[in-house]
Amino acid sequence: MSEVTRTSDQPLLVAEALSKSYGRLAACRDVSFVLYPGEVLAIVGESGSGKSTLLQMLSAQLAPSAGHVSYRMRDGVLRDLADLGEAERRFLFRTDWGYVHQDPAQGLRMAVSAGANVGERLMAVGWNHYGRIRQTASSWLERVEIDVARIDDAPRTYSGGMRQRLQIARNLVTEPRLVFMDEPTGGLDVSVQARLLDMMRSLVNELGLAAIVVTHDLAVARLLSHRVMVMKEGRVIETGLTDQVLDDPREPYTQLLVSSILPP
Amino acid sequence: MTVMIDIEDARKTFIMHLQGGISLPVVRGVSFQVKTGECVVLSGPSGAGKSSILKMIFGNYRCDGGRIAVRHQGEMTDLAGAEPRLVLNARRQTIGYVSQFLRAVPRVPALDVVAEPLLAAGLGRDAARARAGALLGRLNIPERLWSLPPSTFSGGEQQRVNIARGFISDVPILLLDEPTASLDAANRAVVVDLIAAKKQDGVAMLAIVHDDEIREQIADRTVDVTTFAAAA
Repeated sequence: MSEVTRTSDQPLLVAEALSKSYGRLAACRDVSFVLYPGEVLAIVGESGSGKSTLLQMLSAQLAPSAGHVSYRMRDGVLRDLADLGEAERRFLFRTDWGYVHQDPAQGLRMAVSAGANVGERLMAVGWNHYGRIRQTASSWLERVEIDVARIDDAPRTYSGGMRQRLQIARNLVTEPRLVFMDEPTGGLDVSVQARLLDMMRSLVNELGLAAIVVTHDLAVARLLSHRVMVMKEGRVIETGLTDQVLDDPREPYTQLLVSSILPP
Repeated sequence: MTVMIDIEDARKTFIMHLQGGISLPVVRGVSFQVKTGECVVLSGPSGAGKSSILKMIFGNYRCDGGRIAVRHQGEMTDLAGAEPRLVLNARRQTIGYVSQFLRAVPRVPALDVVAEPLLAAGLGRDAARARAGALLGRLNIPERLWSLPPSTFSGGEQQRVNIARGFISDVPILLLDEPTASLDAANRAVVVDLIAAKKQDGVAMLAIVHDDEIREQIADRTVDVTTFAAAA
């Protein structure tokens, strides 16, 4: 009666005993988990808990001091990220993965047009028909609720919320299978956050994306994720279904986090 | 009748670390079954652990021991301590939950809030919306409200949206946490009809209802939760 027999899909990403130390300081200690296609995992914890370090290791931007991250490439083979060639890494970054930064300026080119920001990812994967690129870019702007009349404006003329939505469009246009998000609603007004969260939630559902979302905001975790990992001092201290961890927190630190939320 | 829920010796204790680690026993020795086409009502005073038992079955409370088996894809499957993926899968295909309060998602129109479980189960958008509209209409939510997010609705309207969302899916097990609380007589009668229709379809239901009149109308059996009192 094992679960494997009824859900045949295989893990998309596997983290095994990941650790990262800076000299004597251990930023991340012995983190292991498995992410399946279409699953949204939230990593929550306070600043300094190691969640951003973990996200960087998972997305191949930082080499672990110990442990491995494996990812199932489109050919179905699970590969250790450390063993990938340059072309394969490029494929992941440009196509199969998205990375949404907290600060949209880090994920966008602020001086070129919104259309070019979205189209650039398509050109990087070999699209060369200008009309088709522009059409696809417009339809993505619409999807993230940006007025298509603003397609030729540079994102530096956009509001914070629009920039974040543009960053999401730029990431999703190549139909990635996995999106990393680092505090995607951080720094936005509450009303803008709600709109963005709702949009991300429906896009993730519609596209069947897997996502790893780092956030200190438990409401973001509640709304977006299926599963939660709670981090403290570089370790995962509690993990489980999102509503289970938030409704029935077991660890002292998780109880503290949950009880610190002000009811609306 | 086939057994759909089979609970054996389940127990639950909260450890409150912020209150000096005090241990708060909720229930122990929880054992009962629910079969196809019947509605079992949990009885007992407030605080006896009725809602906790529903939450343990649905998986938002962990179970500290025992077994909580549900018939999922034809097999009795223990959900106590199951992997998150299995629980999520069971929620999509097997167990529905109607809670007292709607956790409204900002900006999502009422029609889509109700249609969502059908979409998740793989039904097309138009068909899902049509069924959602029909159910909202039956629960007396006027059509002009369907395109608005329920966060702006009155308490009673929100609850009816939540009831529609809970009753719309074709799952074989439904957990009902006071589905008629704060509804007027006309809407209470609609909910009683919905429950009767679910029984006809062979759905196994486990309910909490405080209203004696409603309990009379829907309950095939009652299970007294005070026999599971955990206080030592």
